[in-house]
Amino acid sequence: MLAKRIIPCLDVTSGRVVKGVNFVSLRDAGDPVEIAKRYDDQRADELTFLDITASSDDRDLILHVIEEVASQVFIPLTVGGGVRKVEDVRRLLNAGADKVSINTAAVQNPQLVADASARYGAQCIVVAIDAKMVHPGDLTTAPRWEVFTHGGRNRTGIDAVEWARRMESLGAGEILLTSMDRDGTREGFDLRLTRAVVDAIDVPVIASGGVGTLEHLAQGVVEGGADAVLAASIFHFGEHTVKEAKELMAARGIEVRL
Amino acid sequence: MIAVVDYGMGNLRSVSKALEYVAPDADVQVTSDPAVVQQADRVVFPGQGAMPDCMRELSERGLRDAVINASRTKPFLGICIGLQMLFDHSDEGDIPGLGIFPGNVRRFPRGDVRDANGARLKVPHMGWNRVMQVDRHPLWENIPEDDWFYFVHSYYAVAADKESVAGRCDYGLRFACAVARDNIFAVQFHPEKSHLAGLQLLRNFSVWKP
Repeated sequence: MLAKRIIPCLDVTSGRVVKGVNFVSLRDAGDPVEIAKRYDDQRADELTFLDITASSDDRDLILHVIEEVASQVFIPLTVGGGVRKVEDVRRLLNAGADKVSINTAAVQNPQLVADASARYGAQCIVVAIDAKMVHPGDLTTAPRWEVFTHGGRNRTGIDAVEWARRMESLGAGEILLTSMDRDGTREGFDLRLTRAVVDAIDVPVIASGGVGTLEHLAQGVVEGGADAVLAASIFHFGEHTVKEAKELMAARGIEVRL
Repeated sequence: MIAVVDYGMGNLRSVSKALEYVAPDADVQVTSDPAVVQQADRVVFPGQGAMPDCMRELSERGLRDAVINASRTKPFLGICIGLQMLFDHSDEGDIPGLGIFPGNVRRFPRGDVRDANGARLKVPHMGWNRVMQVDRHPLWENIPEDDWFYFVHSYYAVAADKESVAGRCDYGLRFACAVARDNIFAVQFHPEKSHLAGLQLLRNFSVWKP
């Protein structure tokens, strides 16, 4: 039986890991290779690197970071941020990424997902969906979430659950689902959103956005039905280790790789 | 020298980096040259993507004979599609394999398949799963029984020769995730992505004297 995965996420800019608080006041959290090795030692199941570098001049730095990490850390690595073309996917895979995550570009050009998946296989194409609730739902109607792009600033009008289905049909091998309502709040995942997407598709769903406690991680799996849970801040500043997270999940009856 | 056979199907960087990590004194060469495969002391035969593409590329690059020859003569490690290609036949593309192990490669069942706990089994089988060791093969040395390895695949091998099964895994059905005979060991999972257990297996391979 497959283990549920815990995936620490590292936001990287100009070759350094940073942690933002509501997208402002980025705090330096350290050297990506050192942090990746620390999580590897704690038995993280996978690592996700999100390149949030604003300047295109510094874009290639992420390739060096991935090359460096991939020669010292032997678990699956996912890289996202700024992926626009099949060529970007190729460069990241060649640098040592096992999966590449596509976000805004999938909305602007869904064919990119189909092309990249046909070329490199669905198993290495992750589509990241940033979803925000636009209707809370009531007794007669289900809640509705829409896809947002550009870090949550641009509303697309696309239904998030429908979008997940479409991305799966185009060849996404996995969906990284972030609740923009919860991201940075530490209030826990949007479990209804997670459940709605999990029930709609057959590829694995990684829940993201809002983790403030280890209990939240377990909820993402047990109540949300997620195959994997992603978190950043609870791990970065030494608050909790991945090992503690796994022990708590195991205590909740979840199969994890201890 | 350890040769990692490169027939143009994807990136072999992680395999070579992992081998360099566990065997820093070994000369690890990623190669498309049949002569280098012939000269190698040990051969790693990886594979990713679709098996029909892998078989075609292997032949077109003139590596087929070198790989078959290596599988008869020196420590040989197949990984992922590199395991599947050793069998007689694959349902993926309905094509013949190299015929080194008797048996067929089949797809995980389609449709709503569930495990004993009622969880839906998705295809590909992707993630960490437990590996049951069938015998005390030298490549399992210092790896705990039922340890976790990382898998990514939609097809699995059905070994006709039960004696060749060296490891098993459960994913809705029980399948052979490792096969072995004489100087050959082949695994469906990715040791290069399987953390300490995977590195130990590669370390064991780097010193294996079958």
